[in-house]
Amino acid sequence: MDEVLLRSLTPSVLGILVRRGADFAAAEDAVQDALVEAVRVWPADPPRDAKGWLVTVAWRRFLDATRADVARRRREDRVDEEPAHGPAPAADDTLQLYFLCAHPSLTPSSAVALTLRAVGGLTTRQIAQAYLVPEATMAQRIGRAKRTVRGVRFDQPGDVATVLRVLYLVFNEGYSGDVDLAGEAIRLTRQLAAQVDHPEVAGLLALMLLHQARRAARTEPDGSLVPLAQQDRGRWDTELIAEGVEILQRALARDRLGEFQAQAAIAALHADAPAAEETDWVQIVEWYDELARLTDNPVVRLNRAVAVGEADGARAGLAALAALDSALPRHTAVAAYLHERDGDLATAARLYAEAARKAPDLAERDHLTRQAARLNTRRCH
Amino acid sequence: MAKYLLLKHYRGAPAPANDVPMDQWTPQEISAHVQYMQDFADRLEKTGEFVDGQALAPEGAWVRYDGEGRPPVTDGPFAETKDLIAGWMVIDVDSYERAVELAGELSAAPGAGGKPIHEWLEVRPFLSAPPTISECAFHG
Repeated sequence: MDEVLLRSLTPSVLGILVRRGADFAAAEDAVQDALVEAVRVWPADPPRDAKGWLVTVAWRRFLDATRADVARRRREDRVDEEPAHGPAPAADDTLQLYFLCAHPSLTPSSAVALTLRAVGGLTTRQIAQAYLVPEATMAQRIGRAKRTVRGVRFDQPGDVATVLRVLYLVFNEGYSGDVDLAGEAIRLTRQLAAQVDHPEVAGLLALMLLHQARRAARTEPDGSLVPLAQQDRGRWDTELIAEGVEILQRALARDRLGEFQAQAAIAALHADAPAAEETDWVQIVEWYDELARLTDNPVVRLNRAVAVGEADGARAGLAALAALDSALPRHTAVAAYLHERDGDLATAARLYAEAARKAPDLAERDHLTRQAARLNTRRCH
Repeated sequence: MAKYLLLKHYRGAPAPANDVPMDQWTPQEISAHVQYMQDFADRLEKTGEFVDGQALAPEGAWVRYDGEGRPPVTDGPFAETKDLIAGWMVIDVDSYERAVELAGELSAAPGAGGKPIHEWLEVRPFLSAPPTISECAFHG
Protein backbone atom coordinates (compact mmCIF):
# COMPACT_ATOMS: atom_id res chain seq x y z
CA MET A 1 0.00 0.00 0.00
CA ASP A 2 1.25 3.47 -0.85
CA GLU A 3 1.20 5.27 2.47
CA VAL A 4 2.13 8.62 0.97
CA LEU A 5 -0.79 8.39 -1.43
CA LEU A 6 -3.03 7.50 1.49
CA ARG A 7 -1.79 10.46 3.49
CA SER A 8 -2.22 12.80 0.53
CA LEU A 9 -5.98 12.25 0.86
CA THR A 10 -5.95 13.52 4.47
CA PRO A 11 -6.73 17.20 3.92
CA SER A 12 -9.61 16.69 1.52
CA VAL A 13 -11.22 14.02 3.72
CA LEU A 14 -10.83 16.24 6.76
CA GLY A 15 -12.25 19.18 4.82
CA ILE A 16 -15.34 17.17 3.89
CA LEU A 17 -16.00 16.24 7.52
CA VAL A 18 -15.67 19.86 8.62
CA ARG A 19 -18.03 20.96 5.82
CA ARG A 20 -20.52 18.39 7.04
CA GLY A 21 -20.55 20.09 10.40
CA ALA A 22 -17.93 18.24 12.42
CA ASP A 23 -15.79 20.55 14.48
CA PHE A 24 -12.17 20.61 13.41
CA ALA A 25 -10.65 18.96 16.48
CA ALA A 26 -13.05 16.02 16.52
CA ALA A 27 -12.92 15.62 12.73
CA GLU A 28 -9.15 15.56 12.83
CA ASP A 29 -9.16 12.77 15.42
CA ALA A 30 -11.68 10.83 13.33
CA VAL A 31 -9.57 11.15 10.17
CA GLN A 32 -6.50 9.93 12.07
CA ASP A 33 -8.49 6.89 13.21
CA ALA A 34 -9.58 6.25 9.65
CA LEU A 35 -5.98 6.45 8.39
CA VAL A 36 -4.85 3.94 10.99
CA GLU A 37 -7.73 1.68 10.04
CA ALA A 38 -6.80 1.99 6.37
CA VAL A 39 -3.22 0.94 7.05
CA ARG A 40 -4.59 -2.11 8.83
CA VAL A 41 -7.33 -3.13 6.39
CA TRP A 42 -6.29 -2.03 2.93
CA PRO A 43 -3.38 -4.38 2.27
CA ALA A 44 -5.78 -7.36 2.38
CA ASP A 45 -8.87 -5.56 1.14
CA PRO A 46 -8.10 -2.45 -0.93
CA PRO A 47 -11.12 -0.23 -1.60
CA ARG A 48 -12.03 0.88 -5.09
CA ASP A 49 -12.66 4.44 -4.00
CA ALA A 50 -9.97 5.23 -1.43
CA LYS A 51 -11.21 8.71 -0.62
CA GLY A 52 -14.85 7.62 -0.33
CA TRP A 53 -13.78 4.81 2.00
CA LEU A 54 -11.86 7.21 4.22
CA VAL A 55 -14.76 9.68 4.35
CA THR A 56 -17.22 6.93 5.33
CA VAL A 57 -14.99 5.45 8.02
CA ALA A 58 -13.93 8.84 9.39
CA TRP A 59 -17.51 10.08 9.52
CA ARG A 60 -18.59 6.94 11.37
CA ARG A 61 -15.72 7.38 13.81
CA PHE A 62 -16.72 10.97 14.32
CA LEU A 63 -20.34 10.02 15.07
CA ASP A 64 -19.25 7.21 17.42
CA ALA A 65 -16.91 9.51 19.29
CA THR A 66 -19.43 12.28 19.71
CA ARG A 67 -22.21 9.88 20.80
CA ALA A 68 -19.86 8.20 23.24
CA ASP A 69 -19.06 11.44 24.95
CA VAL A 70 -22.39 13.12 25.51
CA ALA A 71 -21.12 15.68 27.96
CA ARG A 72 -18.44 16.75 25.57
CA ARG A 73 -20.93 16.83 22.74
CA ARG A 74 -23.16 19.23 24.68
CA ARG A 75 -20.18 21.44 25.34
CA GLU A 76 -19.30 21.45 21.66
CA ASP A 77 -22.87 22.30 20.74
CA ARG A 78 -22.69 25.37 22.88
CA VAL A 79 -19.39 26.47 21.41
CA ASP A 80 -20.24 25.75 17.81
CA GLU A 81 -23.63 27.34 17.56
CA GLU A 82 -22.92 29.08 14.29
CA PRO A 83 -24.30 27.11 11.35
CA ALA A 84 -21.52 24.92 10.10
CA HIS A 85 -23.60 23.18 7.43
CA GLY A 86 -24.79 24.84 4.26
CA PRO A 87 -23.81 24.33 0.67
CA ALA A 88 -20.17 23.52 0.19
CA PRO A 89 -18.41 26.29 -1.75
CA ALA A 90 -16.52 25.36 -4.85
CA ALA A 91 -13.17 26.13 -3.20
CA ASP A 92 -11.08 23.12 -2.22
CA ASP A 93 -10.83 22.72 1.54
CA THR A 94 -7.19 21.72 1.41
CA LEU A 95 -6.07 25.32 1.22
CA GLN A 96 -8.29 26.27 4.17
CA LEU A 97 -6.67 23.52 6.20
CA TYR A 98 -3.21 24.87 5.46
CA PHE A 99 -4.34 28.31 6.66
CA LEU A 100 -5.93 26.91 9.81
CA CYS A 101 -2.90 24.82 10.75
CA ALA A 102 -0.56 27.77 10.23
CA HIS A 103 -2.85 30.25 11.97
CA PRO A 104 -0.96 33.24 13.41
CA SER A 105 -2.33 32.46 16.89
CA LEU A 106 -0.24 29.27 16.94
CA THR A 107 3.39 29.13 18.02
CA PRO A 108 5.76 27.90 15.29
CA SER A 109 6.25 24.49 16.91
CA SER A 110 2.47 24.02 17.32
CA ALA A 111 1.79 25.08 13.75
CA VAL A 112 4.42 22.64 12.48
CA ALA A 113 2.99 19.75 14.50
CA LEU A 114 -0.60 20.49 13.55
CA THR A 115 0.26 20.86 9.86
CA LEU A 116 2.10 17.54 9.81
CA ARG A 117 -0.85 15.78 11.42
CA ALA A 118 -3.93 17.44 9.92
CA VAL A 119 -2.53 18.19 6.46
CA GLY A 120 0.27 15.64 6.25
CA GLY A 121 -1.63 12.77 7.84
CA LEU A 122 1.33 11.73 9.99
CA THR A 123 0.62 10.10 13.34
CA THR A 124 1.50 11.80 16.61
CA ARG A 125 4.08 9.08 17.20
CA GLN A 126 5.79 9.75 13.87
CA ILE A 127 5.88 13.49 14.50
CA ALA A 128 7.21 12.95 18.03
CA GLN A 129 9.96 10.69 16.71
CA ALA A 130 10.87 13.18 14.04
CA TYR A 131 11.30 15.99 16.57
CA LEU A 132 12.87 13.81 19.27
CA VAL A 133 10.26 14.48 21.95
CA PRO A 134 8.12 11.99 23.91
CA GLU A 135 4.88 11.03 22.20
CA ALA A 136 2.81 12.30 25.16
CA THR A 137 4.45 15.71 24.84
CA MET A 138 3.68 15.87 21.13
CA ALA A 139 0.09 14.75 21.77
CA GLN A 140 -0.32 17.62 24.23
CA ARG A 141 1.22 20.09 21.80
CA ILE A 142 -1.19 19.04 19.06
CA GLY A 143 -4.14 19.04 21.46
CA ARG A 144 -3.37 22.56 22.61
CA ALA A 145 -2.94 23.71 19.02
CA LYS A 146 -6.37 22.34 18.14
CA ARG A 147 -7.93 24.15 21.09
CA THR A 148 -6.16 27.36 20.06
CA VAL A 149 -7.68 27.35 16.56
CA ARG A 150 -11.05 26.19 17.81
CA GLY A 151 -12.75 29.55 17.36
CA VAL A 152 -11.22 30.22 13.94
CA ARG A 153 -13.78 30.14 11.14
CA PHE A 154 -12.82 27.47 8.68
CA ASP A 155 -13.80 29.44 5.61
CA GLN A 156 -11.97 32.66 6.32
CA PRO A 157 -9.10 33.43 4.00
CA GLY A 158 -5.63 33.19 5.48
CA ASP A 159 -2.23 34.59 4.68
CA VAL A 160 -0.18 32.31 2.48
CA ALA A 161 3.02 33.77 3.98
CA THR A 162 2.28 32.12 7.35
CA VAL A 163 1.83 28.76 5.63
CA LEU A 164 5.13 29.18 3.79
CA ARG A 165 6.97 29.91 7.02
CA VAL A 166 5.62 26.70 8.56
CA LEU A 167 6.58 24.60 5.54
CA TYR A 168 10.02 26.22 5.48
CA LEU A 169 10.49 25.22 9.13
CA VAL A 170 9.48 21.64 8.42
CA PHE A 171 12.00 21.51 5.58
CA ASN A 172 14.83 23.31 7.29
CA GLU A 173 14.61 21.91 10.79
CA GLY A 174 13.89 18.35 9.89
CA TYR A 175 15.64 15.99 12.24
CA SER A 176 16.28 12.36 11.60
CA GLY A 177 13.82 9.59 12.23
CA ASP A 178 11.70 7.26 10.17
CA VAL A 179 9.89 10.15 8.55
CA ASP A 180 11.80 12.15 5.98
CA LEU A 181 10.63 15.60 7.02
CA ALA A 182 12.37 17.37 4.14
CA GLY A 183 10.61 15.06 1.70
CA GLU A 184 7.34 15.59 3.54
CA ALA A 185 7.80 19.37 3.38
CA ILE A 186 8.31 19.12 -0.37
CA ARG A 187 5.19 16.99 -0.74
CA LEU A 188 3.10 19.46 1.25
CA THR A 189 4.52 22.43 -0.67
CA ARG A 190 3.79 20.73 -4.00
CA GLN A 191 0.23 20.12 -2.81
CA LEU A 192 -0.06 23.77 -1.77
CA ALA A 193 1.32 24.93 -5.12
CA ALA A 194 -1.42 22.92 -6.82
CA GLN A 195 -4.00 24.79 -4.75
CA VAL A 196 -2.81 28.36 -4.95
CA ASP A 197 -1.13 30.29 -7.72
CA HIS A 198 1.41 32.43 -5.90
CA PRO A 199 4.99 33.22 -6.97
CA GLU A 200 6.34 32.81 -3.43
CA VAL A 201 4.79 29.35 -3.09
CA ALA A 202 6.59 28.48 -6.32
CA GLY A 203 9.72 30.18 -4.95
CA LEU A 204 9.68 28.07 -1.79
CA LEU A 205 9.06 24.88 -3.75
CA ALA A 206 11.97 25.71 -6.08
CA LEU A 207 14.18 26.49 -3.07
CA MET A 208 13.35 23.14 -1.47
CA LEU A 209 13.93 21.18 -4.68
CA LEU A 210 17.27 22.86 -5.34
CA HIS A 211 18.49 22.10 -1.82
CA GLN A 212 17.10 18.59 -1.83
CA ALA A 213 19.05 18.02 -5.06
CA ARG A 214 22.32 18.48 -3.16
CA ARG A 215 21.32 16.38 -0.21
CA ALA A 216 23.21 13.20 -1.10
CA ALA A 217 26.40 15.17 -1.60
CA ARG A 218 26.07 17.23 1.59
CA THR A 219 27.23 14.57 4.05
CA GLU A 220 29.81 11.83 4.14
CA PRO A 221 28.64 8.33 5.01
CA ASP A 222 29.83 8.98 8.58
CA GLY A 223 27.53 12.01 8.85
CA SER A 224 30.18 14.72 8.56
CA LEU A 225 29.33 17.82 6.55
CA VAL A 226 30.75 18.47 3.10
CA PRO A 227 30.92 22.19 2.27
CA LEU A 228 29.36 23.32 -1.00
CA ALA A 229 32.72 23.94 -2.69
CA GLN A 230 33.92 20.39 -1.95
CA GLN A 231 30.75 18.54 -2.86
CA ASP A 232 30.86 15.98 -5.64
CA ARG A 233 28.59 17.76 -8.09
CA GLY A 234 28.13 14.53 -9.99
CA ARG A 235 26.02 13.38 -7.07
CA TRP A 236 23.62 16.30 -7.34
CA ASP A 237 20.17 15.29 -8.53
CA THR A 238 19.92 16.87 -11.97
CA GLU A 239 16.22 16.13 -12.33
CA LEU A 240 15.36 18.00 -9.15
CA ILE A 241 17.60 20.87 -10.25
CA ALA A 242 15.91 21.08 -13.65
CA GLU A 243 12.48 21.05 -12.05
CA GLY A 244 13.46 23.64 -9.43
CA VAL A 245 14.98 25.97 -12.01
CA GLU A 246 11.94 25.71 -14.27
CA ILE A 247 9.52 26.46 -11.42
CA LEU A 248 11.70 29.37 -10.34
CA GLN A 249 11.94 30.86 -13.82
CA ARG A 250 8.17 30.83 -14.23
CA ALA A 251 7.77 32.49 -10.83
CA LEU A 252 10.39 35.16 -11.52
CA ALA A 253 8.78 35.96 -14.87
CA ARG A 254 5.75 37.24 -12.99
CA ASP A 255 7.83 40.01 -11.53
CA ARG A 256 6.58 39.74 -7.96
CA LEU A 257 9.82 39.02 -6.18
CA GLY A 258 9.84 37.69 -2.63
CA GLU A 259 12.40 36.27 -0.26
CA PHE A 260 11.88 32.62 -1.22
CA GLN A 261 12.31 33.35 -4.92
CA ALA A 262 15.49 35.28 -4.14
CA GLN A 263 16.84 32.44 -2.00
CA ALA A 264 15.95 29.96 -4.71
CA ALA A 265 17.74 32.13 -7.28
CA ILE A 266 20.92 31.90 -5.21
CA ALA A 267 20.53 28.13 -4.91
CA ALA A 268 19.95 27.95 -8.67
CA LEU A 269 23.18 29.84 -9.39
CA HIS A 270 25.09 27.32 -7.28
CA ALA A 271 23.32 24.46 -9.01
CA ASP A 272 24.22 25.99 -12.35
CA ALA A 273 27.98 25.99 -11.77
CA PRO A 274 29.66 22.85 -13.16
CA ALA A 275 32.50 23.39 -10.67
CA ALA A 276 32.80 25.52 -7.54
CA GLU A 277 35.33 27.83 -9.26
CA GLU A 278 32.82 28.60 -11.99
CA THR A 279 30.19 29.94 -9.60
CA ASP A 280 28.79 33.31 -10.64
CA TRP A 281 29.52 35.05 -7.33
CA VAL A 282 28.89 38.52 -8.74
CA GLN A 283 25.30 37.61 -9.49
CA ILE A 284 24.97 35.87 -6.15
CA VAL A 285 26.02 39.07 -4.38
CA GLU A 286 23.34 40.91 -6.34
CA TRP A 287 20.73 38.42 -5.19
CA TYR A 288 21.87 38.81 -1.60
CA ASP A 289 21.41 42.55 -2.02
CA GLU A 290 17.85 41.91 -3.19
CA LEU A 291 17.29 39.55 -0.30
CA ALA A 292 18.61 42.06 2.23
CA ARG A 293 16.25 44.64 0.75
CA LEU A 294 13.31 42.22 1.08
CA THR A 295 13.95 40.85 4.56
CA ASP A 296 16.50 43.01 6.39
CA ASN A 297 17.66 39.80 8.05
CA PRO A 298 21.20 40.06 9.52
CA VAL A 299 21.87 36.42 8.61
CA VAL A 300 21.41 37.40 4.97
CA ARG A 301 24.09 40.06 5.38
CA LEU A 302 26.40 37.47 6.88
CA ASN A 303 25.93 35.20 3.88
CA ARG A 304 26.39 38.19 1.64
CA ALA A 305 29.80 38.84 3.25
CA VAL A 306 30.86 35.32 2.22
CA ALA A 307 29.67 35.95 -1.33
CA VAL A 308 31.49 39.30 -1.43
CA GLY A 309 34.62 37.47 -0.27
CA GLU A 310 34.32 35.16 -3.27
CA ALA A 311 33.40 37.85 -5.78
CA ASP A 312 35.78 40.63 -4.75
CA GLY A 313 38.38 38.88 -2.65
CA ALA A 314 38.73 37.94 1.02
CA ARG A 315 39.64 41.49 2.09
CA ALA A 316 36.38 42.84 0.67
CA GLY A 317 34.52 40.03 2.44
CA LEU A 318 36.19 40.88 5.74
CA ALA A 319 35.29 44.53 5.27
CA ALA A 320 31.64 43.56 4.69
CA LEU A 321 31.81 41.35 7.77
CA ALA A 322 33.25 44.13 9.92
CA ALA A 323 30.01 46.08 9.49
CA LEU A 324 28.01 43.28 11.15
CA ASP A 325 27.33 42.45 14.78
CA SER A 326 29.90 39.87 15.89
CA ALA A 327 27.30 38.20 18.11
CA LEU A 328 25.44 36.92 15.03
CA PRO A 329 25.28 33.14 14.79
CA ARG A 330 28.11 31.80 12.59
CA HIS A 331 29.84 35.19 12.50
CA THR A 332 33.02 33.61 13.86
CA ALA A 333 32.86 30.74 11.37
CA VAL A 334 32.56 33.19 8.47
CA ALA A 335 35.44 35.25 9.85
CA ALA A 336 37.57 32.10 10.08
CA TYR A 337 36.79 31.19 6.48
CA LEU A 338 37.56 34.66 5.14
CA HIS A 339 40.83 34.86 7.10
CA GLU A 340 41.86 31.53 5.65
CA ARG A 341 41.11 32.80 2.14
CA ASP A 342 43.18 35.85 2.99
CA GLY A 343 46.12 33.60 3.85
CA ASP A 344 46.13 34.29 7.60
CA LEU A 345 46.07 30.65 8.68
CA ALA A 346 46.94 31.23 12.34
CA THR A 347 43.99 33.58 12.86
CA ALA A 348 41.75 31.30 10.81
CA ALA A 349 42.65 28.24 12.92
CA ARG A 350 42.01 30.13 16.15
CA LEU A 351 38.65 31.40 14.87
CA TYR A 352 37.59 27.97 13.59
CA ALA A 353 38.22 26.51 17.05
CA GLU A 354 36.26 29.37 18.63
CA ALA A 355 33.43 28.92 16.11
CA ALA A 356 33.32 25.20 16.94
CA ARG A 357 32.66 26.05 20.58
CA LYS A 358 29.72 28.22 19.50
CA ALA A 359 28.34 25.81 16.90
CA PRO A 360 24.60 25.10 17.19
CA ASP A 361 24.75 21.45 16.16
CA LEU A 362 27.12 18.51 16.41
CA ALA A 363 27.77 18.07 12.70
CA GLU A 364 28.74 21.72 12.38
CA ARG A 365 30.87 21.59 15.51
CA ASP A 366 32.77 18.58 14.23
CA HIS A 367 33.14 20.23 10.84
CA LEU A 368 34.58 23.43 12.31
CA THR A 369 36.88 21.48 14.63
CA ARG A 370 38.15 19.62 11.56
CA GLN A 371 38.80 22.91 9.80
CA ALA A 372 40.85 24.11 12.78
CA ALA A 373 42.66 20.78 12.90
CA ARG A 374 43.39 20.90 9.16
CA LEU A 375 45.06 24.31 9.49
CA ASN A 376 46.84 23.47 12.75
CA THR A 377 48.34 20.27 11.42
CA ARG A 378 49.30 21.98 8.16
CA ARG A 379 51.10 24.72 10.06
CA CYS A 380 52.94 22.28 12.35
CA HIS A 381 54.30 19.94 9.68
CA MET B 1 17.68 -3.28 34.80
CA ALA B 2 19.13 -0.06 36.09
CA LYS B 3 19.82 3.20 34.39
CA TYR B 4 23.17 4.95 34.52
CA LEU B 5 24.35 8.29 33.30
CA LEU B 6 27.76 8.40 31.67
CA LEU B 7 28.88 12.00 31.95
CA LYS B 8 31.50 13.58 29.77
CA HIS B 9 33.11 16.82 30.94
CA TYR B 10 34.65 19.72 29.07
CA ARG B 11 36.33 20.65 32.34
CA GLY B 12 36.46 19.28 35.86
CA ALA B 13 37.45 15.68 35.16
CA PRO B 14 40.97 14.46 35.99
CA ALA B 15 43.32 14.93 33.03
CA PRO B 16 43.21 12.04 30.54
CA ALA B 17 46.34 10.17 29.46
CA ASN B 18 46.14 11.37 25.86
CA ASP B 19 45.43 15.02 26.64
CA VAL B 20 45.64 16.84 23.30
CA PRO B 21 42.84 19.32 22.44
CA MET B 22 40.77 18.21 19.50
CA ASP B 23 41.68 21.12 17.25
CA GLN B 24 45.27 19.87 17.37
CA TRP B 25 44.35 16.45 15.99
CA THR B 26 44.41 15.66 12.31
CA PRO B 27 41.03 15.74 10.53
CA GLN B 28 41.32 11.95 10.08
CA GLU B 29 41.78 11.49 13.83
CA ILE B 30 38.65 13.55 14.45
CA SER B 31 36.70 11.43 11.96
CA ALA B 32 37.92 8.25 13.63
CA HIS B 33 36.82 9.60 17.02
CA VAL B 34 33.36 10.58 15.80
CA GLN B 35 32.98 7.20 14.12
CA TYR B 36 33.95 5.38 17.32
CA MET B 37 31.32 7.26 19.34
CA GLN B 38 28.68 6.55 16.70
CA ASP B 39 29.55 2.86 16.49
CA PHE B 40 29.44 2.64 20.27
CA ALA B 41 25.91 4.10 20.44
CA ASP B 42 24.77 1.89 17.54
CA ARG B 43 26.11 -1.20 19.26
CA LEU B 44 24.30 -0.32 22.50
CA GLU B 45 21.11 0.21 20.59
CA LYS B 46 21.46 -3.29 19.15
CA THR B 47 22.09 -4.83 22.58
CA GLY B 48 19.03 -3.00 23.90
CA GLU B 49 21.02 -0.94 26.39
CA PHE B 50 20.97 2.53 24.81
CA VAL B 51 18.52 5.09 26.17
CA ASP B 52 19.71 8.53 25.17
CA GLY B 53 22.79 10.49 24.22
CA GLN B 54 23.11 14.25 23.97
CA ALA B 55 25.87 16.82 23.63
CA LEU B 56 25.74 20.23 25.29
CA ALA B 57 27.09 23.55 24.08
CA PRO B 58 29.83 24.82 26.38
CA GLU B 59 28.20 28.16 27.05
CA GLY B 60 25.15 28.50 29.28
CA ALA B 61 23.82 30.80 31.97
CA TRP B 62 22.68 30.64 35.57
CA VAL B 63 19.02 31.52 36.10
CA ARG B 64 16.97 31.95 39.25
CA TYR B 65 13.57 33.15 40.47
CA ASP B 66 13.64 36.76 41.61
CA GLY B 67 10.26 37.19 43.29
CA GLU B 68 6.64 37.65 42.28
CA GLY B 69 6.07 39.69 39.13
CA ARG B 70 9.76 40.07 38.40
CA PRO B 71 11.61 38.51 35.49
CA PRO B 72 14.08 35.76 36.40
CA VAL B 73 17.62 36.82 37.12
CA THR B 74 20.22 35.49 34.74
CA ASP B 75 23.93 35.45 35.32
CA GLY B 76 26.93 34.07 33.52
CA PRO B 77 28.22 32.34 31.56
CA PHE B 78 31.11 31.93 33.95
CA ALA B 79 34.26 31.03 32.11
CA GLU B 80 35.95 30.03 35.36
CA THR B 81 33.35 27.40 36.37
CA LYS B 82 35.36 24.42 37.54
CA ASP B 83 33.04 21.73 36.29
CA LEU B 84 31.56 21.84 32.81
CA ILE B 85 29.47 19.02 31.41
CA ALA B 86 29.93 18.32 27.70
CA GLY B 87 27.31 15.66 27.20
CA TRP B 88 25.96 12.37 28.36
CA MET B 89 24.83 8.94 27.46
CA VAL B 90 22.09 7.18 29.37
CA ILE B 91 22.27 3.40 29.41
CA ASP B 92 19.92 0.81 30.84
CA VAL B 93 21.93 -2.21 31.93
CA ASP B 94 21.72 -5.26 34.19
CA SER B 95 24.43 -4.35 36.63
CA TYR B 96 26.80 -1.70 37.87
CA GLU B 97 29.64 -3.83 36.53
CA ARG B 98 28.18 -3.63 33.04
CA ALA B 99 27.85 0.15 33.33
CA VAL B 100 31.52 0.41 34.29
CA GLU B 101 32.51 -1.92 31.47
CA LEU B 102 30.68 0.26 28.93
CA ALA B 103 32.08 3.49 30.35
CA GLY B 104 35.54 1.96 29.96
CA GLU B 105 34.83 1.21 26.31
CA LEU B 106 33.54 4.71 25.68
CA SER B 107 36.64 6.16 27.32
CA ALA B 108 38.80 4.23 24.88
CA ALA B 109 37.62 6.43 21.98
CA PRO B 110 40.67 7.30 19.87
CA GLY B 111 42.21 10.77 20.03
CA ALA B 112 45.51 12.27 18.90
CA GLY B 113 47.74 9.74 17.13
CA GLY B 114 44.77 7.38 16.90
CA LYS B 115 45.46 6.27 20.47
CA PRO B 116 42.76 5.96 23.16
CA ILE B 117 42.13 9.19 25.06
CA HIS B 118 41.63 7.41 28.39
CA GLU B 119 39.15 10.18 29.18
CA TRP B 120 37.66 10.05 32.68
CA LEU B 121 33.90 9.59 32.50
CA GLU B 122 31.60 10.00 35.45
CA VAL B 123 29.20 7.07 36.04
CA ARG B 124 26.13 8.01 38.06
CA PRO B 125 23.25 5.66 38.88
CA PHE B 126 19.70 6.97 38.40
CA LEU B 127 17.49 7.00 41.48
CA SER B 128 14.84 4.56 40.31
CA ALA B 129 11.13 4.30 41.02
CA PRO B 130 10.25 2.29 44.15
CA PRO B 131 9.76 -1.43 43.50
CA THR B 132 6.26 -2.86 43.36
CA ILE B 133 7.01 -5.49 45.99
CA SER B 134 8.06 -3.45 48.97
CA GLU B 135 7.99 -6.01 51.79
CA CYS B 136 10.95 -8.24 52.25
CA ALA B 137 9.73 -11.77 51.60
CA PHE B 138 12.40 -13.35 53.80
CA HIS B 139 11.43 -11.45 56.90
CA GLY B 140 7.80 -10.97 56.17
